[in-house]
Amino acid sequence: MGLDIRWPIGIMFALIGALLVVYGAATNSDAELYARSLGMNINLRWGVVLLGFGAVMLAHAWKAQRTSPPAGGGSPK
Amino acid sequence: MQVIELGVVDYSILLAYTAFVIGIGFALRRYMKTSSDFFLSGRSIPAWVTGLAFISANLGALELVGMAASGAKYGIATSHFYWVGAIPAMVFLAVFMMPFYYGSKARSVPEYLKLRFDERTRCLNSITFAVMTVFASGISMNALAKLLNQLLGWNYNLSLWICSAVVLLYVFKGGLTSAIYTEVLQFFMIVLGFTPVVYLGLKDVGGWDAMTKTLAQVAQEPGTLELSDKTFAPEAWSSAWQPLLGGPSANPMGVDIFAMVFGLGFVLSFGYWCTNFLVVQRAMAARNMSAARRTPLIAAVPKMLFPALVILPGMLAVTLAWTAKDGYRLPPRLIASSAYAPAIKAVADGAAQAPDAAFENVGKAVGLKLSKDKVAALIAEHAAGALADTTLRDRLQDAVVENDYDGVILSLVKKYCPPGLLGLALTALLASFMSGMAGNVTAFNTVWTYDLYQAYIAPHKSDAHYMWMGRVITVVGVLLSIACAYFASNYNNAMDIVQLVFGFVNAPLFATFLLGMFWARTTAHGAFYGLLGGTLTSALFHALTLAAGNAPGLKGGYAGVVWTFPSEMAQNFWLASFAFTACLLLTLGISLATRRTKSDADLKGLVYSLTPRIKDEEQAWYLRPAVLGVILLAGCVILNYIFW
Repeated sequence: MGLDIRWPIGIMFALIGALLVVYGAATNSDAELYARSLGMNINLRWGVVLLGFGAVMLAHAWKAQRTSPPAGGGSPK
Repeated sequence: MQVIELGVVDYSILLAYTAFVIGIGFALRRYMKTSSDFFLSGRSIPAWVTGLAFISANLGALELVGMAASGAKYGIATSHFYWVGAIPAMVFLAVFMMPFYYGSKARSVPEYLKLRFDERTRCLNSITFAVMTVFASGISMNALAKLLNQLLGWNYNLSLWICSAVVLLYVFKGGLTSAIYTEVLQFFMIVLGFTPVVYLGLKDVGGWDAMTKTLAQVAQEPGTLELSDKTFAPEAWSSAWQPLLGGPSANPMGVDIFAMVFGLGFVLSFGYWCTNFLVVQRAMAARNMSAARRTPLIAAVPKMLFPALVILPGMLAVTLAWTAKDGYRLPPRLIASSAYAPAIKAVADGAAQAPDAAFENVGKAVGLKLSKDKVAALIAEHAAGALADTTLRDRLQDAVVENDYDGVILSLVKKYCPPGLLGLALTALLASFMSGMAGNVTAFNTVWTYDLYQAYIAPHKSDAHYMWMGRVITVVGVLLSIACAYFASNYNNAMDIVQLVFGFVNAPLFATFLLGMFWARTTAHGAFYGLLGGTLTSALFHALTLAAGNAPGLKGGYAGVVWTFPSEMAQNFWLASFAFTACLLLTLGISLATRRTKSDADLKGLVYSLTPRIKDEEQAWYLRPAVLGVILLAGCVILNYIFW
């Protein structure tokens, strides 16, 4: 199929990751909020992981698109 | 019960996911030109995508919720559903069966049966399969809508209909490709959404060793947590095989080793993974034979590791409940809303009665097992000064000691996730809910359109007509699933009912495929009557046997109890074993007694001995299915050894 699945995966996780990073950074001083996650700012940390994962997916999709234009003439979104 | 409050950040994550899956549906819409695009993804998808979709279609909400429930109930032995009950069958599918499914150009599993045997077998299989998919999707939707209602306070009907509408929208637009793509998205969502929860849980209990130490105490006194009324050896929750070797009374599953290895590991597992069109359809959408064969193998890698993600939470929950860390307890079963009024009256009346009689009356009114101390305290306090209605309700609910195992996974999410992560974990759960439904709906619409509609109702129509039919039946399938969801809410552990349905339909089926694919002498009569006989055997077996502790009726034994099994799981595994054996023997016997209707030439590409071998030697060694299969099986053996 013409659409490379890595684009939506990459964009979505990068977006959610960024959201968590921003939210985590904004609430970093809120110790009560992070009592649940054992005093760890899990939003910030896990947000970075998601952001990284999204970036890897996007890099792969971008590389694939550059090296071989998709068959059938359809351009990936 | 206290509901979880979602914040703006949580809703944003949820909305982002929903927007993306719908967006994928719309983006794919322009590629849906023929019915083959809609039902088979035009056979153009790379192996890693079909592989992750393959595993994701299996990892529905039911699996997530049910496996955590089983992890709490049975401990690490639940992994047998993965290491015994999945990996070998997935390897077998890839190495031996995929060449026939993909190579025969059949568009569905029932269509293969038509090519190999005749219309009757296909008709029987496609109807039973269609009914089963709708049920499976209905059951899982009901389970999740209920959870959302209890834990988030969302309206049951609204959750059900909105999630269904989203699924309908993207499957309607993008067909199988939409379903496959969102399954891949769901795969990553679940892995990335639940990993932090498991990590936090494990850290909280003090690591693996601390957990197994606590579980050893639990095993010796599981009654304290209402897990079981028996007692077990210390390793019953933390060892995969030792409790099984001790026989059905030595493990909380109540299963003997033969039922586990033959019933689950061979019959049920091969029946599911090798013949269930829901998963096989993903492999059939692969871009070429080699990708199709690699699909189940790629899927087997995450499948092998999933116990850490889905079973471990259950074990962590039991550990936390045992130590009552931060006041954690296993979620109690909810009191039916109609039971509150009589229960509150029983509490009020209780003051004037003897403590034992009062406790009994309150218990009867509630309909669940209660804590004696808590009820006595409640009665005394209420007598001293009338308590408010809401307080009474909360206190009664708190006094329930029976566990609601299906709530285990969400209770951990609730315990560990701050806003943000909470949204991610809940979105993962919702994603598995929706993509599980999409998987069922896409399998259902293909079987309906190709194997029932085109075969019997309206043959020889234009391709555009069938594509139109596919879209219509997608709507119908979603509506039927919703109807089933309203219908199904009887079983405590969601896994058991699915196993039961498997037993009736799928267990005998694998015998038919095994003989059909590997024995050219199998005849159409043999296959049809053998399959029919096998399915009837399941029904008869179910009617005559019962699991200990169950009343005859829905759970079996309604035609007289000939045999009682120690547990429902043992009953299911043995039922599958009997059905398979009956189907195998009947098919063998009838085939020998009847004449072949298909020549060797007809069966080329459909039967192992009459099909030219695929030359794997042209591929790099690490791409050859047999090599990959052996590596996977070795990995599986190592895992079983580690957790022995």
